[in-house]
Amino acid sequence: MSIHRDMPALIAGRAIARQLISDLPLEDFQRAIVESVAEGWRVVSLFGSQDAGGTIRVYVVLADDCGSRLHVGSTALSNGEYPSLSSRCTQVHLFERELAEQCPVKVTGHPWLKPVRFQPPIFPRLHPGTVAAGRGSPSPGVMDFYQVEGREVHEVAVGPVHAGVIEPGHFRFQCLGERVFHLEISLGYQHRGVESALIGGPNRRSIHYAQTLCGDTTIGHTTAYCQVIEALAKCQKTARAQTIRAIALELERLANHVGDLGAMSGDVGFLPTASHCGRLRGEFLNMTATLCGSRFGRGLIGPGGVRFDLDVATVNSLLERLDLCGRQTRQAVELLWNASSVMARFEEIGVVSKAIAAELGLVGPAARACGLSRDARHDHPSGLFRFTHIPVSLWDSGDVFARAYIRWLEIQRSMDFIQTQLRSLPVGAISSAVGNLSPDHLAVAMVEGWRGEVCHVALTNATGQFERYKVTDPSFHNWSGLAMAVRGAEISDFPLCNKSFSLSYCGHDL
Amino acid sequence: MKTVIAIGFQVVLLALLPPLLLGIINKTKAWFAGRRGPPLLQVYYDLLRLMKKNVVISSTTTWVFLAAPLVGVISVVLAGLMVPLGPTVAPVHFTGDLIMFAYLLALGRFFTTLAALDTGSSFEGMGVARELTFACFSEPALFLALLVLVKLSGVLSLSAMLLPESHVRIGSTASAALVLVAVSLFVVLLAETSRIPVDDPNTHLELTMIHEVMVLDNSGPLLGAQIYASAVKLMILAAFLLHVMLPLDPALVWRDRGIMLIGLVAVAGIIGSVESLMARLQLRFVPTLLVAACLLSGFGFLLIL
Repeated sequence: MSIHRDMPALIAGRAIARQLISDLPLEDFQRAIVESVAEGWRVVSLFGSQDAGGTIRVYVVLADDCGSRLHVGSTALSNGEYPSLSSRCTQVHLFERELAEQCPVKVTGHPWLKPVRFQPPIFPRLHPGTVAAGRGSPSPGVMDFYQVEGREVHEVAVGPVHAGVIEPGHFRFQCLGERVFHLEISLGYQHRGVESALIGGPNRRSIHYAQTLCGDTTIGHTTAYCQVIEALAKCQKTARAQTIRAIALELERLANHVGDLGAMSGDVGFLPTASHCGRLRGEFLNMTATLCGSRFGRGLIGPGGVRFDLDVATVNSLLERLDLCGRQTRQAVELLWNASSVMARFEEIGVVSKAIAAELGLVGPAARACGLSRDARHDHPSGLFRFTHIPVSLWDSGDVFARAYIRWLEIQRSMDFIQTQLRSLPVGAISSAVGNLSPDHLAVAMVEGWRGEVCHVALTNATGQFERYKVTDPSFHNWSGLAMAVRGAEISDFPLCNKSFSLSYCGHDL
Repeated sequence: MKTVIAIGFQVVLLALLPPLLLGIINKTKAWFAGRRGPPLLQVYYDLLRLMKKNVVISSTTTWVFLAAPLVGVISVVLAGLMVPLGPTVAPVHFTGDLIMFAYLLALGRFFTTLAALDTGSSFEGMGVARELTFACFSEPALFLALLVLVKLSGVLSLSAMLLPESHVRIGSTASAALVLVAVSLFVVLLAETSRIPVDDPNTHLELTMIHEVMVLDNSGPLLGAQIYASAVKLMILAAFLLHVMLPLDPALVWRDRGIMLIGLVAVAGIIGSVESLMARLQLRFVPTLLVAACLLSGFGFLLIL
């Protein structure tokens, strides 16, 4: 009998009492992960936590996408040692590096055990002799990089200061001429310590941490945070609140997807789409500002519902603007598909195969562009998406074109969705009261942000406060995908591949 | 007196006009993108601003780094004095000046690449590798084009071969050859002045750059010199191209000077349109484009043999 099927199941946006979580011996815990992943499940989150008694436990959240269920398991580490699974199950490799950095756990046998964020450990040292890898690390990026040797092999170091002065990240290429053999990505420059700061919450600051986890996914992360709170407080939201949240989430997707298509065409030097999409992104952000006064949707969503209501005049104005911007977006984007010089740059560049995408556990548009049907709105629906479905957009070539085209498909779906929802906005209150959080519970929220699956997991202690709050941004899964996409490609195509993934630095660095 | 005016016209044009052509390219691109764009004279303002700035010089560099922008400007201006910018002969002309013209352009490139290597940056090293690889293809294209003109005119001086009195362009084979040469020269022009589809002068992505990445370490007046030198290069290559397409008549000096000016503006507009309507080529296909330019000139030569 397989262990992972016996692990208690829950659906996204629900909580489970901690005593119901199967606390397995280490071997069974690891076997459950390896076997379930081999069966097509995914590791959504894996993290360590220290309970009041000082015991270090490793928790795993596995997603059974076909069954729309999440399975939670844990294991207590008696001697502080955790044998690595990375060589048997690739998608946990970064989680294990993170575990070694955040907790006083000695991860053994990891093929590439290096700091992820160069952060100080969240939990203090417990066992003598076990040192979290992050401790004592001088500063982000100071470490040995993978090196290819050979007379004509050369190394190119890019960053941490980005040429467009966006966010910092360091990229180390091993090249032969123009060809990239290997890319190693070193992040952590944006680490702010959000996960540590959320411990002991929720308090008045917590929601602000959630809103600023990743600036361009404010709605996605705030929705996930609120779902965790609401699951722990057993709060029922009104239909109107759920609808406004879904509209905001899709507006965020529209703005970012349109902006990314423009940026991708800018990277290949195709100006018309670049300028028009740059402007249209602003139009979509302004629609979010119409909802709540903030272009990025800060302050719109709060535990229990939303904080701003929509009146008839606003709905009508939004519908009008959506219609106009929708037509303009279509014109601007169709220029891309019709320009053969652009298609020559998009097609067969930065290919990630379906097998590699599945092995790395990619999420979001990057996974859907490889033909993996993964969409939290469909697989793990929460909020309004339990009642209204958006078709999953899929493409199979896994190249830059696929990642661009998926965005265009999603823009059209989101546009239709927002218009339908605005026309049939349910009546009622926009917020309901939120009580105290259930003590000793674990809650999981899954939200499909524009970049992919945003997963928040909270563990409460005996007094109903956060004992551990784990955030997994889609970028955490997808950065390795970018490294694989440029393998064997030309180094001059890297910026384009990077833009086609459009990953977040601060969402990864937390 | 006429000679003095002709020389004065050429020198003033060579000194003052090039930044305007860049301004026209930018305006055209802005128009296609639905933007207002920077003012037409923005490049002049930029150059003035850069001249007033201080220079930051990397401590790893040597005198080569300082010399490169100067050599760049001087060589390209000297080359510019050999191409007639109107229907009168250029200020500098002698038998065999076309070889000097081509190698003055090469000298500027040589120093720019040397200065880029001088900084020791991996980015600039990549830029140099690309620039020199592509130069291997664009130089033969230029020489084949010159060969066609030499064959048609029977002279070895730029002024003499580009102005119509010295040679006969009548006859369909000669015209066909010149059409091929003009297309080839336009590709060389785009490559030499780092425009789309070969290079993207506006990108901020060092990994994709060719020319821009080589001047990454330049600042203040040094950067101004580099920008000015590439603008001058753009103008003289555009004038060269115009001579091939439009035979000017020395009898109508001022009319044909006007035609030359309008032509230069038109070439800038066409470059701007090309940049707006197509994306950049993938780097590995740039040699293919340049080889095509060589072949065009080569076929032109075959036609008139």
